[in-house]
Amino acid sequence: MALRIGNAQGFWGDQIDAPATLVRQARDLDYLTLDYLSEVSMSIMAIQQEKDSASGYARDFVGVVQSLIPYWKQGSKFRVITNAGGLNPEGCANACLDVLRKSGLSGKIVAVVMGDNVLNCLQSDVSNALYCNMETGESLRNIEGRLTTATAYLGAKPIAEALALGADMVITGRCADPSLTVGACGFHYGWKWDSYRQLAGATIAGHLIECGTQVTGGVSTNWLQLERRTSIGFPIAEVEEDGSCVITKPSDTDGAVNEQTVKEQLLYEIEDPGNYRSPDVNVSFLSLKLQEDGRDRMRIAGAEGIAPGENLKVSATYRDGYRADGLLTLVGDDAERKARLCGEVLLERVRSAGFELEQTLVECLGSGDAVLGLMRSSCDLKECVLRVAVRDSRRQAVDRFTKELASLVTSGPQGVTGYTTGRPKVRPVFGFWPCLIPKSIVQTIVKVPS
Amino acid sequence: MTLKELAYARSGDKGSNVNIGVIAYTREDYFFLKEHLTEQKVAHYFSRLGCRQVRRFDLPNLLAFNFVLYGALQGGGSVSLRTDAQGKALGQAILQMSFEVEP
Repeated sequence: MALRIGNAQGFWGDQIDAPATLVRQARDLDYLTLDYLSEVSMSIMAIQQEKDSASGYARDFVGVVQSLIPYWKQGSKFRVITNAGGLNPEGCANACLDVLRKSGLSGKIVAVVMGDNVLNCLQSDVSNALYCNMETGESLRNIEGRLTTATAYLGAKPIAEALALGADMVITGRCADPSLTVGACGFHYGWKWDSYRQLAGATIAGHLIECGTQVTGGVSTNWLQLERRTSIGFPIAEVEEDGSCVITKPSDTDGAVNEQTVKEQLLYEIEDPGNYRSPDVNVSFLSLKLQEDGRDRMRIAGAEGIAPGENLKVSATYRDGYRADGLLTLVGDDAERKARLCGEVLLERVRSAGFELEQTLVECLGSGDAVLGLMRSSCDLKECVLRVAVRDSRRQAVDRFTKELASLVTSGPQGVTGYTTGRPKVRPVFGFWPCLIPKSIVQTIVKVPS
Repeated sequence: MTLKELAYARSGDKGSNVNIGVIAYTREDYFFLKEHLTEQKVAHYFSRLGCRQVRRFDLPNLLAFNFVLYGALQGGGSVSLRTDAQGKALGQAILQMSFEVEP
């Protein structure tokens, strides 16, 4: 029988009751994967950890564990694999153990995977060519003192090792999203780590379910054609021993799994489909075959894989100034023209206050500005949302901008409204620094905290 | 003739780059697009984004193409000031592209 792996969290901020809902709807689930980390979420965790050293992980996950307890008590056997550990997998595990203990489930084994934090490696070797920004070629020396986090994308192997230790819950830090699924399959089927065809298939399964409802109807071009949309089912991958899989969702849920939803998600956030790189295997999508397998069931087979590279990808973040953005709604004749003028007036006022902002953007939403005027509306707008965004290395400059916005309520044209949300917040900007690191210097640790 | 009659799409980000998957509804549509939905045409259509380069990867097995718009986000999702800082709306934008030639 195929291994059933569900995903009920596609990002940090996804529906908090989705994990409990999925295990209720799919009683025979073997594994539940939960993905919390985007490229820059680590920098948010770094700020939290500066204030409180016990934090630095996706705290929402502890609440999720609490919500799963009744199902384990009723005898459900599913195991959980998540990257909720963020910068502090041990802290996250301890918080979860606490919840389990209080609920009388102290027999559950929680394992952590660590070693993804490579900040020290980068900081101690800033001239290393591998640490240059992969996109721009810039040297790490240019941002040396401003680095905040650097984490390497670990693969499936340490997850499988943790499961082999008997873990009911595996908590990792940075980990390639599909590897949460590949780790479960690798352990269950006892695949060798050079069984690239199988690993490639499982990577495809993991890639398809890692964003939750994006494969079950969410984000679809033809979203309006879904029969129902309120409670879209979270996805389940039924992975076979040969690595092929069926993507499906619990019956009696909204949304759909069909050729269109699967193809769209296959192409989501990829570069070369002939060489999709993961820490476990480099996958080719060019031999994939899709086939309908009943209602809301799509079979995906034919993935090919080759050995992955010698380096792991690193996602680093660095401080890069401050930003703020504010919104006002303009209603009436010439709404778009008024909005544009208000934007200019606002920035001129900041300038008169002595701050030439380093970067500014005025958007008149409703007129087509969100996609840079590629889709302009042809009619004369009677309402328009003005959005002004600014960025500067000086906090005070951005702060001044946030204090000027509201003045347009009384000095702008008639019909300025929608200002009840208050002053915009000044937020730190974290730049994204993708680079590589040799696998040989990344020390992966798997352990079971007591 | 607009692209949305021939294909559906999905877009997202990876660092400063955007990728847009474009999937043809039929085999005929795929071959029409293979000839007419060129890198040059897409690069021109999205020229306001200021991409460094546009590349097309073909997936004939899925009747699909993957367009990668290098540098389209100018600094990436966390840095860009745009409303659509992660390129999520560009799938909808490409579907509005028109063709003068009829398939």
